Amino acid sequence: MSWFRREDKLLPPVPDKRVRTEGLWLKCEGCRSIIWKKDLAENLNVCPRCQRHFRMSARERLAMLLDDGGYEELDAQLASTDPLAFVDLKPYAERLRQAQETTGMADALIWARGRLEGRPVGVCAMEYGFIGGSMGAVVGEKIARAAEAAAERREPLIILSASGGARMMEGAVSLMQMGKIAVALARLDDAGVPFISVLTDPTTGGVTASFAMLGDLNIAEPGALIGFAGPRVIEQTIRQKLPPGFQRSEFLLEHGMLDAIVPRKELRAWLARALAFLAAPERVPLVQWIPDRAPQGGPEPDAGRAPDRVLDARSRL
Amino acid sequence: MQDAIPPAAAVAPEIPDAEGAAWQHVLLARHAQRPNLLDWLALLVTDFAELHGDRRFGDDPAMVAGLARFRGREVLVVGQQKGREIKDKLRRNFGMAQPEGYRKAMRLMRLAEKFRRPILTFIDTNGAYPGIEAEARGQAEAIAFNLREMSRLRVPVIATVTGEGGSGGALAIAVGNRVLMMENAVYSVITPEGCAAITWRDPSMKARAATALKPTAGEMLSLGLIDEVVPEPEGGAHCAPAAAAASLSAALERHLEELGRMSGDALVQDRYERFRRMGSGFGS
Ligand SMILES: [Zn+2]
Repeated sequence: MSWFRREDKLLPPVPDKRVRTEGLWLKCEGCRSIIWKKDLAENLNVCPRCQRHFRMSARERLAMLLDDGGYEELDAQLASTDPLAFVDLKPYAERLRQAQETTGMADALIWARGRLEGRPVGVCAMEYGFIGGSMGAVVGEKIARAAEAAAERREPLIILSASGGARMMEGAVSLMQMGKIAVALARLDDAGVPFISVLTDPTTGGVTASFAMLGDLNIAEPGALIGFAGPRVIEQTIRQKLPPGFQRSEFLLEHGMLDAIVPRKELRAWLARALAFLAAPERVPLVQWIPDRAPQGGPEPDAGRAPDRVLDARSRL
Repeated sequence: MQDAIPPAAAVAPEIPDAEGAAWQHVLLARHAQRPNLLDWLALLVTDFAELHGDRRFGDDPAMVAGLARFRGREVLVVGQQKGREIKDKLRRNFGMAQPEGYRKAMRLMRLAEKFRRPILTFIDTNGAYPGIEAEARGQAEAIAFNLREMSRLRVPVIATVTGEGGSGGALAIAVGNRVLMMENAVYSVITPEGCAAITWRDPSMKARAATALKPTAGEMLSLGLIDEVVPEPEGGAHCAPAAAAASLSAALERHLEELGRMSGDALVQDRYERFRRMGSGFGS
């Protein structure tokens, strides 16, 4: 059994099944116009009339983002062990099995390596269709491994989030994934390797409150729901209706929480542009000793201040 | 692809004691007379000097931090304060911190790092506050930032869940080299009420939800998520606060002694390894 899988072909952007069962048309909630599903699919799941961004699957996102739609998936078979033997209305094990059947994935995240405009990158894409994209031990482990691999290979990491937050059915194990990912991202940060977080609709809870807000750059698709607490929880807490546009990408940008809002069509080019800035080949010394400019008759630089001793802006205490 | 997916775990057995023990733990952890942060500090440390403000927006009374002396050592103490009588509770927002609370905590933890003082954190919160202002000021970012930055503090960090360890709002001050729980404390990804509302769409199922979430100190220890359960006196900490504090004090002293011998690098490495292995047992 192979742990690696190579996706050579672009996958069909919209599952055919849904088109057949629901008809060829749908109504856009953004502009209330009727759109032909094929037009939507050909437009990266963005309404051609009002530019509303519909959700995409993790595989569609990877295919859209990476050169020739190709990537090598890693740790695809990592699956939850149901650490709490959790049961609510039905056993979590049963929910897992159903989600695995529906999505063809072992858990809610694909970790892959590919190229973005020629540059090797690691990408993690979350699958909202798998138990609401929730983060349990598998999602945490894959992201931690992706961060470690990125640091080791010195290849940028991109995480595409779409998640309701921590996976309740793994209890405190899922909570601790926030810590696990954060410690791995601290090392990636120490290594000076870029991490770009792309928040898509929806990104809430423990996902926002851990890796999704820890990018060197945090960017979002237009109109995405992004927050710590879900809107329903906030409404119940404060007992009032939330203002329109609250917790949408534009609200976060306005409050200084995002570097940019990037439309889906421009995402690939935007990321390539950003990585050109972030992915410096090596650290450049900010200050150096140039011996031949030393004043005549002045003191020679001593051993402790050798010419190759540089100040590194990133070094910590 | 289907055959590549390993079979999910076998169906879980019927939940024992659905009305039971876990919910009693939750009630004890929230008991009105249970020592709160300032009570614990009065019993554990001397010369406490509270420090205020995040230097960005404001001061959050739900998060308390300050200088203290613990058994002859200078330490930084940080924790949520739920408040006692109703006016104080309202002022402290029932221990549910705003972004500025988490930012104050981080500012002072960095102060402790700069002057090489160990950090003791005490967790007692339902969770970070879910409100309009909290979202606007970046509650998620504040928590996320703390998780990452706590992990690379070059001084010993010991986190103790004294009451309720409520989700990300608890973890945001709990990325420690050691994580302890008082015997009757609980630690969970969501409150039992929240879990019941989501899964059963019925808050009255909270006792069942509490059982399913396995939030008690003993369960957290057997899941490998905490390092030690600190025993409480008969009936719970509120029955004999001084005895409970003595028990915690001894545990803190023992861990501080161990961590005090480690270098800054070793402490960062230790914290990394501690959290990196959380829920990583896939046998792969
Ligand atoms: Zn539209």
